[in-house]
Amino acid sequence: MSKYLNLGLIGAVAASLGAAPALADGYGLGRAATADEIAAWDLDVMPDGTGLPEGSGSVSDGEDLFVEHCAVCHGDFAEGVGNWPALAGGEGSLADEDPVKTVGSYWPYLSTAWDYVHRSMPYGNAQILSADETYAIVAYILYSNYIVEDDFVLTKDNFLDVEMPNADGFIVDDRETAEAHFWDAEPCTENCKDEVEITMRATVLDVTPQDDAEEAIADQAAAEEPAAEEAETQQAALDPELVAEGEKVFRKCQACHQVGEGAKNRVGPQLNGIVGASVGRIEDFRYSKPMAELGESGEVWTEDNLAAFLAKPRDFLKGTKMSFAGLRKEEDQAAVIEYLKSFEE
Amino acid sequence: MTESVKGKVPSRRAFLKGAVAAGGAVAGAGMVRAAEGDPLITEVQPWASGFGEGVDATPYGLPIRFESDVVRRNVEWLTADTISSINFTPIHALDGTITPQGCAFERHHSGAIELSKQDYRLMINGLVDTPLVFTYADLERFPRENHVYFCECAANTGMEWAGAQLNGAQFTHGMIHNMEYSGVPLRTLLEEAGLDPAGDLSDKWIYVEGADASSNGRSIPMDKALDDVLVAFKANGEALRKEHGYPVRLVVPGWEGNMWVKWLRRVEVMDGPVESREETSKYTDTLADGTSRKWTWEMDAKSVITSPSPQSPIPHGAGPLVITGLAWSGRGAIDRVDVSIDGGENWQTARLAKPGEAKALTRFYLDIEWDGSEMLLQSRAMDDTGYVQPTKEALREVRGENSIYHNNCIQTWLVTPNGEAENVEVS
Repeated sequence: MSKYLNLGLIGAVAASLGAAPALADGYGLGRAATADEIAAWDLDVMPDGTGLPEGSGSVSDGEDLFVEHCAVCHGDFAEGVGNWPALAGGEGSLADEDPVKTVGSYWPYLSTAWDYVHRSMPYGNAQILSADETYAIVAYILYSNYIVEDDFVLTKDNFLDVEMPNADGFIVDDRETAEAHFWDAEPCTENCKDEVEITMRATVLDVTPQDDAEEAIADQAAAEEPAAEEAETQQAALDPELVAEGEKVFRKCQACHQVGEGAKNRVGPQLNGIVGASVGRIEDFRYSKPMAELGESGEVWTEDNLAAFLAKPRDFLKGTKMSFAGLRKEEDQAAVIEYLKSFEE
Repeated sequence: MTESVKGKVPSRRAFLKGAVAAGGAVAGAGMVRAAEGDPLITEVQPWASGFGEGVDATPYGLPIRFESDVVRRNVEWLTADTISSINFTPIHALDGTITPQGCAFERHHSGAIELSKQDYRLMINGLVDTPLVFTYADLERFPRENHVYFCECAANTGMEWAGAQLNGAQFTHGMIHNMEYSGVPLRTLLEEAGLDPAGDLSDKWIYVEGADASSNGRSIPMDKALDDVLVAFKANGEALRKEHGYPVRLVVPGWEGNMWVKWLRRVEVMDGPVESREETSKYTDTLADGTSRKWTWEMDAKSVITSPSPQSPIPHGAGPLVITGLAWSGRGAIDRVDVSIDGGENWQTARLAKPGEAKALTRFYLDIEWDGSEMLLQSRAMDDTGYVQPTKEALREVRGENSIYHNNCIQTWLVTPNGEAENVEVS
């Protein structure tokens, strides 16, 4: 964030008068940026607070916002879901065999958290949070890390008072001194070791992606063809424009749900053939208790109940693990359902 | 089409099966047609008699289907989601030094966006005389330069700190590509905006930022910004690919790939670093005592043998064998590469295909007469600053096992008499 926004204003005024003296020495290409343009894009916040807008937010407001916008990946308590980043915990673990690096245990500056939440989050729906909402969410992340109490309100004015536990945990790149012995122009070339023994083998771990079952590939190919035909007949009944619209809406869902060939369960279950399927249809997926119970009662996903669920998941089914806020627009609900219908089980 | 994206990793079993099948075919031919020779020669083949495809069959060509296994691959368990993830260049199957764009590794933080030239804007703001906005067409009117540079993710080989883990050069060393870029020096654009308000430039920084939803941004000291940083719009002669930042990306020669901001939309001249997420919580290197290095920008000298390697086993027995690989340094040019076939006991200097170029990949070869016995293959790069690529043990002594980034250790492949190769560690 520029401390010299005024210069931008002067430049803009100069350009609007048709005079651009600063360009005289260069190629005269480009045009002066307007103050509004700079304000729209220049959002970064520096460790000393330069760039922070006015505003405030409480831990308790932050908790609600966090559950609505963040918990789906980061967990209700910022503990992280699956492979998604944990934002809390890990205090004192940095020298351990497996350090847990979170905002609390690792991040040296609070400005980084504020800037990142405000500019780059929520994932798949960035730049929707107001300044106050961002203060609140950051306050909640601090609370989750036991850095502030539950009645804390983070503001522009007290921002620099927050002490980050790992603020002193960083040194500037010292490779040229700490590793000066690697600048060793004449390395050994003969009889450099007494003996060479293999101490570790990658095949023991066996974590390399492989297609080692050729038979399975052949089976898959054989199975694919009739499925493709079925898909075509099925898709004939769908509205292609609505499907395309739904594909766009589905971007909000795909952080957690997969559809299509090879779709797998992620944070949420894969959704192939969901319309018309039993609720809680995937055996090895860990549904919330209420969702599993709804499935056991024989409930089936229809366009109607799916629309109701998508509109406000937590109202439709109290206790669902899907902490997505919901699709408020009916046309979005209809579009995403049409899109989901284009994927067979 | 589907074939070309579904890559297949030659597995150990498939390799053995292939060897048996090939042996069988030779024996069969020997029995039935020994006197006549190879039917591929003695019989008229369809391609020698009929037509191939006409021109324009593929207005933009893709590799022939027989090469469908030469593709980028992802390691699914590494990340939560492919939208924010990385894949790997099939370096085990490439030769020379230029990486074709279509198989050059991708790393996105919120997916590869579609941004047209018409919608593209680049802003220069901060401590400048006149904050400026350029269109794509504006950028094409500045004097242009061409340079070949490697781009390596700081996390390349990052999965190998604690031990040999991934069995293939693509997975251990494939977060790298090397392209010829055409673009405008960033210096030219900064000077166009005027740097007078920045005063003494020696302690000033720039912050560079992308247009995608992750808003990936990094701080770069001014002396680097004015040195060799390029605002690039072409790679290997053609437009950048979407996945590499079309229409405009930053090229930061020799420095970690995360700084090569894609879909570059803003450059701000500042009086300090932003300390963004990607330069504090990520891309910092934690040492054994829990302190972490920051601003570790240069990629140290490094090399790897690309063939033979686990995905590129030796398909023939004893006799002439080409050992080849890649070497590079973010600090300068590669001036020597040594290869060991006995796990680092003895070293021979390999042949460089061309003299090393600064901050670009160098191809090396060691042509040997293989006696068919087990080998422990290693390569060791040296650059023109006198830096010698360290062993994994030497790196761990300084850094421990939790640095994640900047693992430039010597790699070892165990090659067995049947030609298979495996990722191992040696004493």
